Amino acid sequence: MFLLRRPGDWPAWGWGNPFAELDRMRKQMDLLSSAFTRTSSEDIPAGVFPMINVTEDKNNYYVRAELPGLKADALDISVTSDNLTITGERKMALEGDKAQYHRKEREAGTFSRIISLPAAIDADKADAKSVDGVLTVTLPKAEAAKPKQIVVRSS
Amino acid sequence: MTDMESKALQAKEKAEVTSPAEQTRPGLVFTPAVDIFETDKEITLLADMPGVKAEDLNIDLNDNVLTLDGDVTAPENAAEVDVIREYRTGKYYRQFSLSQVIDQEKIKAEVKDGVLRLTLSKVKAATQRKIAVKSK
Repeated sequence: MFLLRRPGDWPAWGWGNPFAELDRMRKQMDLLSSAFTRTSSEDIPAGVFPMINVTEDKNNYYVRAELPGLKADALDISVTSDNLTITGERKMALEGDKAQYHRKEREAGTFSRIISLPAAIDADKADAKSVDGVLTVTLPKAEAAKPKQIVVRSS
Repeated sequence: MTDMESKALQAKEKAEVTSPAEQTRPGLVFTPAVDIFETDKEITLLADMPGVKAEDLNIDLNDNVLTLDGDVTAPENAAEVDVIREYRTGKYYRQFSLSQVIDQEKIKAEVKDGVLRLTLSKVKAATQRKIAVKSK
């Protein structure tokens, strides 16, 4: 009965986390079920920390990320003409060995994410600021990427 | 605490509040991630509330229920159009019931970089009094 297994089922990587397979299946089911509820205009997020929102107006792109507890100097932001890289580490102060935790939901760790931008930007004029744990990177569009009005001639 | 190696942070969706009281203003409400730990003298609560300034944060203590209510204004200005939206913004709300051990007069709160640190001092223990037993 239990001998009927499909090949590839057996964990070939040894006695690792026995629930890794279940976890993977659960994540795929989550993605599948959320694909039904999301509208077609929403993308499935990249799954890399931090989650970002990119918005644009006529002259700039704005990339925002929520990074609570991170000061501006703990972040490493670099930009090329079409990519933005955000790297950093969130450290948490050790509260001393007398502290007994009731609840621990916040996490510390490293992160690094590359965001490719929809159009070319002017890397020299990029600006980043971090206010109250929200990082806003303002990326002016390159002149070539700004919309130009074309006058319609009639003759 | 044991040594924590730096591991990579995982992207997590923000948890929306499941059954709040009806909001008077429209908007999303999220549950902030919170660490609570205690030492001999005090209980400390750390809450991640990015985008909340000190003046937009209401901390209320009523009948042993501690309420954290942080208002967040949308950072985008009106002219901006979405290209990618991976997270939503909304206010933060969470309630905790405190035990009688807290000295409700001496609560300290500070907000830095979107992290609230709330320090609740414990009531000094009632002094022990020895009661002499007289035997007739």
